[in-house]
Amino acid sequence: MAKNLESVYSSDNNMNSTTLSKDDSHETNYTAIAQSPEFKELKRKKNRFILPMSLFFLVCYITLPILTSYTTILNVNAFGDVSWVWVYSIALFIMTWTLSMIYVRKATTFDQEANDILEKEKAGGYK
Amino acid sequence: MSLIGLSFFVGIVALTLYVTYIASKRTNSASEFYTAGGGLSGWQNGIAIAGDYLSAASFLGIAGAIALFGFDGFFYSIGYLVAYLVVLYIVAEPLRNLGRYTLADMITARFNQKKIRGAAAISTLTIVLFYMIAQLVGAGALIQLLLGIDYWIAVLIVGIMMTVYVLWGGMAATSWVQIIKAVLLMIGTVIISFLVLWHFNFNIFGMFTEMKGATAHGEAYLHPGVKYTNGLDTISMMIALVLGTAGLPHILMRFFTVKDAKTARSSVIYATWIVGAFYILTIFLGFGAAALVGSEKIMGANAAGNMAAPLLAQALGGDILMSFVSAVAFATILAVVAGLVLSGASAFAHDLYGQIFKKGKVTEKEQMKAARLASVGVSVISIILALGAQNMNVAFLVSLAFCIAASANLPVIIYTIYWKNFNTTGALTAIVTGLVVALILVALSPNLWAVNGSMTFTGEPLFPLTNPAIISVPAGFIGGWIGSLIGARADQKKYAEVDVKANIGLK
Repeated sequence: MAKNLESVYSSDNNMNSTTLSKDDSHETNYTAIAQSPEFKELKRKKNRFILPMSLFFLVCYITLPILTSYTTILNVNAFGDVSWVWVYSIALFIMTWTLSMIYVRKATTFDQEANDILEKEKAGGYK
Repeated sequence: MSLIGLSFFVGIVALTLYVTYIASKRTNSASEFYTAGGGLSGWQNGIAIAGDYLSAASFLGIAGAIALFGFDGFFYSIGYLVAYLVVLYIVAEPLRNLGRYTLADMITARFNQKKIRGAAAISTLTIVLFYMIAQLVGAGALIQLLLGIDYWIAVLIVGIMMTVYVLWGGMAATSWVQIIKAVLLMIGTVIISFLVLWHFNFNIFGMFTEMKGATAHGEAYLHPGVKYTNGLDTISMMIALVLGTAGLPHILMRFFTVKDAKTARSSVIYATWIVGAFYILTIFLGFGAAALVGSEKIMGANAAGNMAAPLLAQALGGDILMSFVSAVAFATILAVVAGLVLSGASAFAHDLYGQIFKKGKVTEKEQMKAARLASVGVSVISIILALGAQNMNVAFLVSLAFCIAASANLPVIIYTIYWKNFNTTGALTAIVTGLVVALILVALSPNLWAVNGSMTFTGEPLFPLTNPAIISVPAGFIGGWIGSLIGARADQKKYAEVDVKANIGLK
């Protein structure tokens, strides 16, 4: 009963979704997908992108309060009366915009590979 | 209050009620109520995220902080913006792929147990309540100042408006209120920034030079350290800001209003551009207020500096601009509290009532009824608490909300998606450790304790930092890790399912 209700609710979401919904003719074997070389390869690529990037922006970010709290090197003027602390801060803004654009680009390539796996699953390729 | 000022307020109220009326016609299912049927486009959701996120604390608070403390006020702008990278890179897409209405949905996609859902719902409600009281107390004080009406009437007006939006229009109305507000806020901010730049002859370097002599702080105004002198506390606050956003329930909920992970991604991009542009402009708001209004007058109106932006508008464009900016601030408050009511109601009605109490066996009609009742309940409780909390320190409540979000929600989200040995015990210990450690450390902190009796309790604070994130966030992660070591082995089959769903969006 509960499962029926569940599917009634989520079917509403699935209908206007572009992601492929699974073929009702077979039960999805998630373990088979998870252990397939193409899924492992996709995960490896994703992790190799997301992990270093995340570390990079978090380190850049937290370096700012560390530098301002324990040194005065950012108080030196960079351009006119604009000191390095402002330059560093604006650089963090530019970093945020740049990395978000890079993410979209990269994620689009992941989308294609994810789509291939979805197609294969739909065709019954993981049993 | 002038006729023009009044008409701005009436205009905003009328416009938001109109979109609520439109939305009410289609809000007839739980999915419509909580997530607008998942039918928002990327740009719509992106603007709505910005509208949900840029609270009065951002607009009035940061402008005031930069006006009074120079660079130190800008720390908030940086933290709130970079936080979007955490949302985009780590949380947004897996969350959209795994969840339905709430954060608890996403965690129970892997650990389907009542206690996990219960813990996640309670941490959600805790954050919503603290954040909501902060917004309502701030709103009451602000409207009191702007319109000259009593505090309790101001809180009631905001409280009734937010209840009306959510009760009748659900997520669709809330989203459109947030979109309208974001557009108005950007227009107001751009106009003020343009006028400030004009005042400085469009010379940014000249503006910095002039700011050296414009305040009592002298050259120090342009350097960090005017307000934040404790290094560890500054770093701790910055950790809470950057990691807290990705755990805030009303922000997370916005990712369920789009049809798939790809749209969730594009909406974060829109939000990042809008929010980033806004935070850059806070420099002009703050500098302008410091130079043109002066810290004495700003602090005379409100000690925390919250009136800096409206006063600056008055100095630049007279009563008309001030009325417009005040009306924008009012819209800002309405949009944020409506989003909060909705996320609180979903934790109550969907998680606690629908899934735990009724075990998921609820009809569509019962779901809607529960959701509406919960919305009224959340609104009434917050209004009552806000009426009694008039003299509470608002900034402390907001930083507490961010800190709990970073400590109790983020560790469990990251582990659930990325760690294959994470298990049920770990999920429970992660949430509970993060929540309890954050609450206890704040209860012992200088936010509540002062030797001179200026805070709630008199005495030496046992914990020295005002923001405990530097301890409580690692505590949440370590709690989840230890729990996973103690608990039963993780169900690898279930993780394979979650891993596949999160990564390729299989339904």
